[in-house]
Amino acid sequence: MNFLLGAFKPACNISITFTDGKNRKQVPIKKDNGQILMNPLFQSQETIAGKIHIDSYQGKKVEHNGVKVELLGQIEMYFDRGNFYDFTSLVRELDVPGEIYERKTYPFEFSSVEMPYETYNGVNVRLRYVLKVTVTRGYAGSIVEYQDFVVRNYVPPPPINNSIKMEVGIEDCLHIEFEYNKSKYHLKDVILGKIYFLLVRIKIKNMDLEIRRRESTGAGANTHVETETLAKFELMDGAPVRGESIPVRVFLTPYDLTPTHTNINNKFSVKYYLNLVLVDEEDRRYFKQQEITLYRLKEETS
Amino acid sequence: MIADGAEDEEKWLAAGAAAFKQNAFYMQRAIDSNNLKDALKYSAQMLSELRTSKLSPHKYYDLYMRAFDELRKLEIFFMEETRRGCSVIELYELVQHAGNILPRLYLLCTAGSVYIKTKEAPAKEILKDLVEMCRGIQHPLRGLFLRSYLAQISRDKLPDIGSEYEGDADTVTDAVEFVLLNFTEMNKLWVRMQHQGPARDKERREKERGELRDLVGKNLHVLSQLEGVDLDMYRDTVLPRVLEQIVNCRDEIAQYYLIDCIIQVFPDEYHLQTLDVLLGACPQLQPSVDIMTVLSRLMERLSNYAALNAEVLPYFLQVEAFSKLNNAIGKVIEAQEDMPILSAVTLYSSLLKFTLHVHPDRLDYADQVLGSCVKQLSGKGKINDTRATREIVSLLSAPLEKYNDVVIALKLTNYPLVVEYLDNETKRIMATVIIRSIMKNNTLITTAEKVEALLELIKGLINDLDEPQGLEVDEDDFEEEQNSVARLVHMLYNDDTEEMFKIISILKKHFLTGGPKRLKFTIPPLVVSTLKLIRRLPVEGDNPFGKEASVTATKIFQFLNQIIEALPNVPSPDLAFRLYLQCAEAANKCDEEPIAYEFFTQAYILYEEEISDSKAQVTALQLIIGTLQRMHVFGVENRDTLTHKATGYSAKLLKKPDQCRAVYACSHLFWLEDHETIQDGDRVLLCLKRALKIANSAQQMGSNGQGSAGSVTLFIEILNKYLYFYEKGIPQITVESVESLIQLIKNEESMPSDPYAESLFASTLQFMEFQKQKGGAIGDRYEEIKV
Repeated sequence: MNFLLGAFKPACNISITFTDGKNRKQVPIKKDNGQILMNPLFQSQETIAGKIHIDSYQGKKVEHNGVKVELLGQIEMYFDRGNFYDFTSLVRELDVPGEIYERKTYPFEFSSVEMPYETYNGVNVRLRYVLKVTVTRGYAGSIVEYQDFVVRNYVPPPPINNSIKMEVGIEDCLHIEFEYNKSKYHLKDVILGKIYFLLVRIKIKNMDLEIRRRESTGAGANTHVETETLAKFELMDGAPVRGESIPVRVFLTPYDLTPTHTNINNKFSVKYYLNLVLVDEEDRRYFKQQEITLYRLKEETS
Repeated sequence: MIADGAEDEEKWLAAGAAAFKQNAFYMQRAIDSNNLKDALKYSAQMLSELRTSKLSPHKYYDLYMRAFDELRKLEIFFMEETRRGCSVIELYELVQHAGNILPRLYLLCTAGSVYIKTKEAPAKEILKDLVEMCRGIQHPLRGLFLRSYLAQISRDKLPDIGSEYEGDADTVTDAVEFVLLNFTEMNKLWVRMQHQGPARDKERREKERGELRDLVGKNLHVLSQLEGVDLDMYRDTVLPRVLEQIVNCRDEIAQYYLIDCIIQVFPDEYHLQTLDVLLGACPQLQPSVDIMTVLSRLMERLSNYAALNAEVLPYFLQVEAFSKLNNAIGKVIEAQEDMPILSAVTLYSSLLKFTLHVHPDRLDYADQVLGSCVKQLSGKGKINDTRATREIVSLLSAPLEKYNDVVIALKLTNYPLVVEYLDNETKRIMATVIIRSIMKNNTLITTAEKVEALLELIKGLINDLDEPQGLEVDEDDFEEEQNSVARLVHMLYNDDTEEMFKIISILKKHFLTGGPKRLKFTIPPLVVSTLKLIRRLPVEGDNPFGKEASVTATKIFQFLNQIIEALPNVPSPDLAFRLYLQCAEAANKCDEEPIAYEFFTQAYILYEEEISDSKAQVTALQLIIGTLQRMHVFGVENRDTLTHKATGYSAKLLKKPDQCRAVYACSHLFWLEDHETIQDGDRVLLCLKRALKIANSAQQMGSNGQGSAGSVTLFIEILNKYLYFYEKGIPQITVESVESLIQLIKNEESMPSDPYAESLFASTLQFMEFQKQKGGAIGDRYEEIKV
């Protein structure tokens, strides 16, 4: 039985472990099939090192034309699935052509790897980092093993962070002034602000603040834009009168947000917007959208 | 349609309650398994039921109460969570992740309550945050309930003086600030309800608002219960802020309710000290606000306060409570131009009651009130509104009730001016009230001035008012009223004869103008009262001071004459007649012969000219005879004339029996036991004989006609007269004449029997027997009579 099974199995088993794998933070990543896997987290300029173990089954001999490990940064467009664009590619040769009889361990190290982009899983685009181990063989086909890992880059708080303040309105119908305390928020931030009603002639039913993600892929004529609403947060219930000011306090923690990405490798951009929506009693929507910048602030490691 | 609506509402409530229960159940399960995340999730879902717009306040309250109970459990759970190490700050953030605002804010309040309890942050910060965040609910109904929830959970956590939450950073000022803010916002929401939705639902909306008002008022109640709200705090912060909100909201229902609320929840002492502030707000309210009720209640409270705590009275004076109230009322009335007269009067009425209670010794205050009231009424003409007039009556009755003494009311110069504005009907009622008060308290009115004033007040009863098309007064009522006036006359009394005479003169002046219908009620008591006065006059020549008394009997008799003269024109000659005789008798007592004679003459003239009814004549004649018999003042000549006249009248009566009786009665005129001069036995006999003759002829006429049982009676009666005079020892009345008369009667007795006559005769005989038994001189005389 074992033998039979073995016939369809790859000739050897490859596993990749990271040097500090046990202590390193793991973050969940959603796979294509919807499965959520925990993957180790790295950031740019980190050294990615570890060991690769190759076990041959039942002491079978595995002939190969060399073993290598690659660190790949890939962008995958969903309309062009399976076709990866590698923006980063580093290779380490682990072994010269030969044979593997038993468990063999190769240490590897990519030191201070430049990983400028973050891992991203969007609607139409995916950016991933992967370690790819290849046991090159001739006619029998190479044996390949992948290990995903996640990259997140932290940035310091922006030096300039103005509030967003604006007066908008429809003449003789609705005038509001809104203010959000910042234009740039980190991912665990709180949006504070207020909406001030200068003129209300319509019967408002409620007011929501939406957080929208606008993902644009491709370039030029092929640009494809996908917008999704990640959060809908009710700010107000009922019809205010002139002079009312409604407080805004939205915690960003519960939402699955990423930093703003601008023109990643000329392939895609991810932008975030705050959309203030007023709904009147006839369910007409009045809204004003404002872009905000999201960034990832180094978490306190206290 | 409406039934459908109610049915639908029931359905919605049932559906909401069911969903609510389900989620509450899941929440409870999550709590039991210490699952914070699920507890939050299900509680938010549960609270989402409160987002409904379909329920009326009443039904919504039902749902709210369920939520309230469930949230208590959640709060306990939160508390436990924090003990288990969950950071309360995190918890406070966590609840804010809820996407829907209403559940979020309920949860936030609940978490906030726990947060305050843990004391990890100053209570004021948390309270401030909560009250600010609640601004997100702009829907009136939902907002009111949410904020009421906030008020409820924060009640025991306010940093009040003596509270465990009071600290360096948290002072009672913060607590007050918080409650005031919540109050302001709630009131805004409440007022806004009025203006949302179609106009046709106005009535329903107002009803709903009525149901919700206590939620708003609760805040004031909370404020009043804060230890730290002392007088200074109240005066400097609480009251101005609350009033500002009340004035600015420009909403009738809110203003009315909240002002009243202030008056009811805060201590009287505070009101007293801040009276001008509170009153200052009143004129700024909407014109439609029923300010009168509000102010009335305030005054009522203050007067009760004064009544129960005598020691606070100096404060009332110190803060000039009265003049402030008076001014305020003036201003309110000024500000509300189209205020119905009813309200104005009610206000003054309350003010008057207030001042009567608080400053019973300050009549000038009461007078001021009345003065202001007059000012208010002037230019409005007579008042037609029945409720307003009723209110005026109560206004005017207040001093009477308070002092139980109309004399004090008479000192109020403005009192009659107010009365002036009543319609005639009410004036009459008012007058009756006054008189009743006088009678009840037996108040004597002793000076002419007061009498004058009083009469001015009750003019409605004394004069016909210029009321051409007025309602016909019910005859019985009229009599009742006039009788009360008549009673009143006896309460006007002064021991000093001169003053008394003045009083009487005033009465006369008024009564004589009162119109014929009244005279017959008013003149007799006046005459009687005057006669009483005469009796009290010092006997002439007996004046110890030798001073010429200005009030002499003569003068009074003239006066009487004038009064009575009015009566025959009324016409009530009968009455005049009797009064003349009365006067004559009084004159008799005063030894005023000419005057007595004059009165008699008048009486005779009346008898001749006015009294034509035979029955009346009989009675009148009896009166004449009776009176005349007692007169001793007349000289022989005058007396002769009068007695002669009287006997003449007697003989001229229509019916024989009447003639007979009158004639035998006349016999008394000639025999006065105590006066030697008037003992004329011949004429007595003459009279009796004539009586017999008439009786005889009556009998004959009777036997021709329809049988005369009566004539025997006449004989017996005459017999009695014989016996009387016989007993007196008049020589002309002989034993024989008596005996023959008895014989005569006995003969007649055999005729058809008359039980009355029989018994009369029997008792006469019995009397004779009795006298015989008595013995002595009289017995001897009777002994002579042989039956």
